[in-house]
Amino acid sequence: MKISLGPLQYFWKKSEVLNFYQAAAGWPVDVFYLGETVCSKRRELRLRDWLALAETLADQGHEVVLSSLALIEAESDLATLQHLVDNKKFKVEANDLSAVQLCHEHQIPFIAGPTLNIYNHEALALLQRCGLIRLVLSVDQGAQQLEALQRQVRLAAQPFPELEVLVWGRIPLAYSARCFTARARNLAKDDCGLCCLEYPDGLLVETREGQSFLCINGIQVQSAACCDLGPELNELVELGVDYLRITPQRQDTDLVVRRFAEALSTRTPPARHGDCNGYWHGGAGMAQINTLKL
Amino acid sequence: MTMELVCPAGSPAALAAALEQGADAVYLGLRNSTNARAFPGLNFTPEALADAVSQAHVRGCKIYLALNTYPTSDHMALWKNSIDIAANAGVDALIIAEMSLLDYAARHYPGTPRHLSVQGSATSPAALRFFHEQFGITRAVLPRVLSLAQVERVCEKSPVGIEVFAFGSLCIMVEGRCHLSSYVTGQSPNCHGVCSPAHHVHWEELPGDQRRVRLNKILIDEFKAGESASYPTVCKGRYLAGGALFYALEEPTSLNTLSLLPRLAEAGVVALKIEGRQRGPAYVAKVTRVWRQALDALQQQEPFVVRPEWQAALTHVAEGHQTTLGPYHRPWH
Repeated sequence: MKISLGPLQYFWKKSEVLNFYQAAAGWPVDVFYLGETVCSKRRELRLRDWLALAETLADQGHEVVLSSLALIEAESDLATLQHLVDNKKFKVEANDLSAVQLCHEHQIPFIAGPTLNIYNHEALALLQRCGLIRLVLSVDQGAQQLEALQRQVRLAAQPFPELEVLVWGRIPLAYSARCFTARARNLAKDDCGLCCLEYPDGLLVETREGQSFLCINGIQVQSAACCDLGPELNELVELGVDYLRITPQRQDTDLVVRRFAEALSTRTPPARHGDCNGYWHGGAGMAQINTLKL
Repeated sequence: MTMELVCPAGSPAALAAALEQGADAVYLGLRNSTNARAFPGLNFTPEALADAVSQAHVRGCKIYLALNTYPTSDHMALWKNSIDIAANAGVDALIIAEMSLLDYAARHYPGTPRHLSVQGSATSPAALRFFHEQFGITRAVLPRVLSLAQVERVCEKSPVGIEVFAFGSLCIMVEGRCHLSSYVTGQSPNCHGVCSPAHHVHWEELPGDQRRVRLNKILIDEFKAGESASYPTVCKGRYLAGGALFYALEEPTSLNTLSLLPRLAEAGVVALKIEGRQRGPAYVAKVTRVWRQALDALQQQEPFVVRPEWQAALTHVAEGHQTTLGPYHRPWH
């Protein structure tokens, strides 16, 4: 079982991004997913900068995957996607069927990102025929669905792809054409002034009772709560999960990575540090279900 | 070419209203979780579906069956069985979101056209090529995220006919990719065919005729006396962000594209979809009548003018009694 660092969801200054990954290169991370997946206006790093960073991390012995934009709107988004697919060196995480199609047209194997809506073994088989080599489970799927998927894959004598699950981080819940950060600032999206730079951990949304609820991140809405499947580690192992995905945050990502790495090496699930695990247990995503049997 | 008017029906009475008022096609769902309006008491039994097809065909109207939720590995049979029922009932097209179901329909019922549902989240010509090449879809419904200029561009390059949403409650998230409902309630449009389901909604009466509404204990909104209260979908609540209390994601409002009709026609859009299978026959009748008149007026030689009585009628049935051009209009973004 390996540890992956999912794509950076927020918009940081170029120097901050580079510093973050320079530090992360020294953490026990096996796979780095790099690239802008949320908003095409975020160009502190352009594709060539991500590629240069990818080269550096690959030279240091890490597996690197380039992640594609989750929502393709403009023709320019498609053009960028085409360049990303054409990179000839690094694997691609397809976060939209446009990316799947371009990879398929160029016969390039791809990793299916969490937004592709692969809910069953037949859809999985179809995409495997198009080049899928690794499946990142969508955020709303849990142990029961994964078990069913594996059972049916076995019954159909399909090959099972590599499997990755988001184990730590705020949960990406929705994407829109609208920029919610610009809206909160009373700005039009076309004139946003790149205000996401001012929210390096997103903008917290609370209920009228002051309960932390959601987190606005440009056109993306995340949970305010942090998903933590650390205590579920044994189950993840039993279900054949190959990669544990950790989503970068501004603070303490190194601690999180080290905690999971230590848990893997000692085969001991860590205590719960995050907030929720409801999806994994088939319930509301925000729920925290205590599974540690002491 | 005239644009097809595709109207919703959640019941035989709503279907009758749509037929009466001149829908070109009516879309409906079976009474199970295979479609995104799986509400109690709504939708059609297999027998009612067969009746609907005959009634519609007598009037020269088409019936499309919406099968737009995502089955998990252990529950494929219900969805496939629903495709069997619909194809055998003689529906004019299947509206499907999920690729294994598109594949099943293409292999078993190649003569029944397949439309990609809005829940399929295809927003680019490349994504549309995928569904066209793999499953032979002949039409796709675009998610409500593209601006009008982007819709025009997609129409130019799409291998299939494009249907867009013209009127009704507005999902502001990319359809098929919104987990807000399941995050709070465990039930989602994708897997359960419901958004913010009613059995998780709890209204609290407060002193001074104020009201609070919760979704599985999360406070979605609070209303003063006399303030119109809307259904508590997560995206249309009032929350605190950056020190202000406001509709952080979207106001309760409906999409209304009447004024865009000439440009949508010019772009080559083949069909206009009216949202609202969960609404009653009166809504369907009123909305279908207005859109029939508007589409007929568009065919006349005179310049197209939106009549004030059309707008008034649509605003009256709109969510929060207000309408928006939504994502088609760039400043909305």
